[in-house]
Amino acid sequence: MAAHPVHPPGFAHQFEDMEQQREAGSLGMWVFLVTEIMFFGGMFASYTVYRALHLPAFETGSRLLNVRLGALNTAVLIASSLTMALAIHAAQVGKRKSTIIFYLLLTMLLGATFLGVKFTFEWHQDWMEGLIPGLNWAYSGPYALQVQMFFCFYFFMTGLHALHMVVGIGILTVLVVMSARGRFNDQYYAPLEITGLYWHFVDIVWIYLFPLLYLIGGRYALGGH
Amino acid sequence: MSTTVQTIHDEAPAEASRVHYLNASYGVKSWLLTTDHKRIALLYLVSITLMFFVGGAFAVLMRLHLVEPQGALVEPDTYNKLFTLHGILMIFFFLIPSIPATLGNFLVPMMVGARDLAFPKLNLLSWYVYMVGAILALYSTVAGGVDTGWTFYPPYSSTYSHTQVLPVAVGVFVMGFSSILTGLNFVVTIHKMRAPGLTWFRFPLFLWAIYATSIIMILGTPVVAITIFLLGLERILHVGIFDPTIGGDPVLFQHMFWFYSHPAVYIMVLPGMGVMSELITCFSRKRIFGYGFVAFSSMAIAVISFLVWGHHMFVTGQSIYAGLIFSVLSFLVAIPSAIKVFNWMATIYKGSISYQAPMLYALGFIGLFTMGGLTGLFLASLATDVHLNGTYFIVAHFHYIMVGGTVMAYLGGIHFWWPKITGRMYPDGWARFAALVIFVGFNLTFFPQFMLGYLGMPRRYAVYPAEFQVLNVMSSAGASILGVGYLIPLIYLAWSMRYGPPAGPNPWRAKGLEWETPSPPPTENFEEIPVVTTDAYDYANVGVTRG
Repeated sequence: MAAHPVHPPGFAHQFEDMEQQREAGSLGMWVFLVTEIMFFGGMFASYTVYRALHLPAFETGSRLLNVRLGALNTAVLIASSLTMALAIHAAQVGKRKSTIIFYLLLTMLLGATFLGVKFTFEWHQDWMEGLIPGLNWAYSGPYALQVQMFFCFYFFMTGLHALHMVVGIGILTVLVVMSARGRFNDQYYAPLEITGLYWHFVDIVWIYLFPLLYLIGGRYALGGH
Repeated sequence: MSTTVQTIHDEAPAEASRVHYLNASYGVKSWLLTTDHKRIALLYLVSITLMFFVGGAFAVLMRLHLVEPQGALVEPDTYNKLFTLHGILMIFFFLIPSIPATLGNFLVPMMVGARDLAFPKLNLLSWYVYMVGAILALYSTVAGGVDTGWTFYPPYSSTYSHTQVLPVAVGVFVMGFSSILTGLNFVVTIHKMRAPGLTWFRFPLFLWAIYATSIIMILGTPVVAITIFLLGLERILHVGIFDPTIGGDPVLFQHMFWFYSHPAVYIMVLPGMGVMSELITCFSRKRIFGYGFVAFSSMAIAVISFLVWGHHMFVTGQSIYAGLIFSVLSFLVAIPSAIKVFNWMATIYKGSISYQAPMLYALGFIGLFTMGGLTGLFLASLATDVHLNGTYFIVAHFHYIMVGGTVMAYLGGIHFWWPKITGRMYPDGWARFAALVIFVGFNLTFFPQFMLGYLGMPRRYAVYPAEFQVLNVMSSAGASILGVGYLIPLIYLAWSMRYGPPAGPNPWRAKGLEWETPSPPPTENFEEIPVVTTDAYDYANVGVTRG
C-alpha cells in the first residue's frame, strides 16, 4: 500500500483513501438509520396495538388534532427535503459556497418553521384545550382514559420527531460553518450527503406520523377542524 | 493466515526501545481522550471488571443469605434488591459489553487488518455513554437500590415500586446507546475496512460471530430503549401505557422487552462462540471443521433469535397458537447451536491438543454450554415450561449459558490474547488451577439449582421450605468457591503486567493477522497494511507444539 504523502482535507488516518472513508461514512449513516427505524418502530408498534384495542377512543383523539396545521407542516418538511437535496447538488456540481450556504440556511429555516408551527400553534392549542396528559389534562368526554393514551403517544411520537429535527438543525448549523470556511467542493461533500440522509429520514418519519395520527379513521375529506 | 509482508520476528524485539500503543503516550489524559481502539478496549476492560465484581458481590450475599431456610443475612426487601441489582449489573453492564467491547474492540481492527475501527471517536463516545449508564446504576445502588427484578415488569416497576427505578432505568436506556454505537462501528469496519485479500470466507470465525452480534445490537437495542423510555414516562407522568388500572397493557411491555432481551442472550453468547472457534483451532492445531457451517450458524442464530421471544411468555396469557409457534421456533435455535458444538468436537478430534489455560476454558465451555442448551429445550416445550417456569431450573439454565458459556469463553479469550494485549505472559500453572476452581465451583453452585427447580423451588424468594436446605447449602458452598476462582486470575493477571516474562509476537504460534504484529501492537497495529493470501486457521503449515 502506498503511503499518504499529502492528506486531502477532512481525511481521517484510519482509512486507506478518501473513497473508503466516504463509503464508510455513508454505510455508517445507513446503519444508524436502521437503528432509528427500530427505535421509532417500537413506538409505532405500540401505537398500532393500542389503536386496534381502543379504536373508538383513538379516532376521537385523532379528531381533536388540527389537521390543517399538520398538513401545512407536511408541506414545509417536504420542501425542506428538496432544499437539502439542492444543497448537496450544489456541492456536487461545484457551485460557489454561497449557493450551498443559501440552500442549507433555507433548509434550516423550513425546519424551524415546522417546529414553530408545532410548538407555538399546535401544542399551545392543545395546552389551552387541556389535552396534555400528566401536565394539563381536562378532557372528560367518552373513553377519557384511552383518549389520554392516544395523546400520550401523540406527544411521545411527535416530540421524539421534533427532537430529531432540533438535532438536524444543529448539524446543519455546523455544515453552514464548514461551508463558510470553504471545506466543501465537488471532490469532498460527504458530510453534506450523510446529513442529507438523516434529514430525509426524519422527513419520512413525519410522512408516516401524519396519516397515522391525523388522517386515518373517523376523519373524512371535508371533515376535521 | 499469512501475509506477503513479513513483520514477524521470532525473538521479542528490544522491549525498552520499541514504541507500542501502551507506551506511545502517558498520563490520565492520554487514556481518557484516546481514540485508539486498543486503549478503549482496556478502558472497557477495567470498567466491566469493576461491574462484574460488584454484581458478583451481590450474588455472594444472596447465596450466603440462602444458607438458612428462613434467610441468614438480610431482610426480604433487601434480598429483592440484591437479586435485582445482581441481574441488572451482570446483564446490562457486564455480559452485554463483555466480549464485544473488550476483545472485540481490541481484535476486530487487527483481524480485518486495519489501523483502527471506522469511527474511532464514536468508539470513545460509546465508552463514555457506557460509563454514564454505569454510574447511574451504581448511584441507584447506593441511593437505596431497586427491587423490580432485572426485567422491570410493570405495573410494579412503573407505579408501585418505591425504590430507585428511574435512575436504573435511565442507566439501562443510556447504556443501550453504547451498545448500538459499538455494533454500528463493527458492522461498518467489517464491511469497509478489510485488508486486501481478506474475503468474507477468509475471516476468522470470531469476526463472523461479532458481525452477527452487531446485527442483533443494532436491531434489538433501540426497541428496548423505547420500551424503557415509555416505562419511565409512565412512572413520571402517571399516564396509562402499561399499567392496566389506568388503561395500559402490561403484556405489551413484556412483548417489547423480550423482543430485545431474548436476542440479547445471543449478544452475550455469540461472541463467546466466536472466541471458542479461535481457541479450539489453535490448541488442536487444526483447521476448523466445517467453516461455512460455523460461520452461517452465527448468522442463523442472529436471525432466529428475533423470532422466539414469546417463549418467555408461555404462562403470560398469550394465545396458545402463538405459544405453539414460539415453541417450535425456539427448538430451531438449538440446530445452529448444536452445529457449532459438533464442529468444535470434530475439530478437536485427532488434533494435537495441548491443555494450556485458554483451552481448559474452551473445553469447559463445550460441556457447560451443552448442558445449558439442552435444558433450554425443556423450557421451550410448552408443557414442561408450565412446571419449570419461575423456578430455580430457569436460573440454573441461563447461568449455564451465560456464566458457564459466556464467562468461560470471555476468560478463555482474555487468557488467549493477554500476551497480545500486554506483551507479557501470565503463570500458566496458576491459570490452569483457576480454570479448574472455576469449573468445579460453577457446577457445585448451579447443578443443585436444576434439582431445586425441578422439585419446585421458585426463584426470587428470600425464604424456602426446610427440605430444600441441603441443595441450597451445596449451591452456596459452590458460589464461595466460584468467587475465589474469579479472584485468582485478577491477581496473577495484574501481577503479570509488571513481572510476567515478555511474550513475543506469537506465543501460541497461532494463526491470524493479530499474531503477525508485535506484542503489544504499535498504535497503528501494522507497520504496513497486510495482504491476506490464505484461508483462516491454516495450521497445517505450522509445526506442532505442546504446552
